[in-house]
Amino acid sequence: MLTRELLNESDIARMLSRMAHEIIERNEGCENVCIVGIHRAGVYIARRLSEKIRLIEGVTIAVASLDISFYRDDLNRRKNHPIVRKTEMPIDINDKKIILVDDVLYTGRTIRAAMDALNDFGRPAQIQLAVLIDRGHRELPIRALYVGKNIPTSRSENIKVLLKEDADHDMVLVIRDDHDV
Amino acid sequence: MDKDLLDIKSAATADIELILNTASSFKDVLSRDIKKVPTLRGKTAVNLFFEPSTRTKTSFELAEKRLSTDVINFVVPSSSVAKGETLYDTIKTIESYGIDFIIIRHQFSGVPHFISRISKASVINAGDGINEHPTQALLDAFTIKEQKGTIAGLKIAIVGDISHSRVAKSNIYCLKKLGADIRLIAPHTLIPTGIENDVTEIYHDIESGIADIDVIMTLRIQQERQSGGFFSSTDEYFKFWGLTLKRLGKARPDVIVMHPGPMNRGVEIASEVADSRHSVINTQVTNGLAVRMAVLYLLDSARPRK
Repeated sequence: MLTRELLNESDIARMLSRMAHEIIERNEGCENVCIVGIHRAGVYIARRLSEKIRLIEGVTIAVASLDISFYRDDLNRRKNHPIVRKTEMPIDINDKKIILVDDVLYTGRTIRAAMDALNDFGRPAQIQLAVLIDRGHRELPIRALYVGKNIPTSRSENIKVLLKEDADHDMVLVIRDDHDV
Repeated sequence: MDKDLLDIKSAATADIELILNTASSFKDVLSRDIKKVPTLRGKTAVNLFFEPSTRTKTSFELAEKRLSTDVINFVVPSSSVAKGETLYDTIKTIESYGIDFIIIRHQFSGVPHFISRISKASVINAGDGINEHPTQALLDAFTIKEQKGTIAGLKIAIVGDISHSRVAKSNIYCLKKLGADIRLIAPHTLIPTGIENDVTEIYHDIESGIADIDVIMTLRIQQERQSGGFFSSTDEYFKFWGLTLKRLGKARPDVIVMHPGPMNRGVEIASEVADSRHSVINTQVTNGLAVRMAVLYLLDSARPRK
């Protein structure tokens, strides 16, 4: 296995700052906006984006966390069902602009599941997608509005986002199987 | 996880903990406006009840529906079983519909184990004779954990007809695995032999048995199983063994009182206790739904894939 560090802590911080500015610009402030992170890394990124927006605009945006296990489309294919984590939706999402946040956008299936999950909580005015890494290979018609970095990959590669919340420090790794080298 | 949930006695502690943790996410689902998730869409469950049951059957049926599973209720008196069909053939017939879950209640101990051997479906024991009632023990453990934060180290009393109670047996195995101190409180005639190895203490006097207890589980006096003259009358039973407010005063101030239902007020439990702030009996019913959803969800992935 070959592992390469692609982005470090300051790269990630700069990407998140830019994304926070883009979110504010596109929504002309942050009125009626709330951020929903997908477990687990998406939740950490959602909290950081909310914090950056607070520093820029002086407004605190609510952050919710979403577990999408119950909405996955691959439950019949997986060997074990995913460990279910807590969904915390402290806000009424009806008519809100939702910024849905995940670490890596790949096939788009997680995002599809997350949108189904959100619909069970209400009818948001909009759902906008923010991801730290877009690695391509979409299998569904889904596109992110805010992207930290586009990293074209092959399907045999894997992107790993490590964040301080449960790793030593922030970094983005590309992992490649030996036989592909 | 195994594909079936047959008993708690042979269940791994890690699996019990996984079920309890998963149930808490399902409990959140039940508090939403839309209380249904698409998780088990396209799956089919058969509720096969050979013994009367209202709450367990209702709870399983609603749990299945909340997970988007299709449900068939196999009502025994009106079915071909009454026409002389063997259990084996009943199961094989049901299986031909393409069934994923069989929820079985039967008056004979071991029937779920038999079905699990002849069926590819996930088999869930909803009570077999005087053997076990695993989902009841899981929902009780979930309720205790929710109320008390933890189970390890708690002093838990089980009061009443231990001998005929599959609920008591499953609870004893479950709470022991989770590290509780278990006390049994019952007349000599209602304590099964051999159980002393699985519990901390046995009391034959309710007043001293309840002292310093964190959780009291009262059991229903199963009048349909009392032909052996284990006590003289239900009135006498209440006098000596009924859980009254006065007796409850000996327990810890934050004691919780549980009952698997259906309750016999004035037999094993006084009305004032059942309706007191200590009672979590209705919470148990809600939690039963969440725990059964978790069991269905987790067993679903344990079946071999086609």
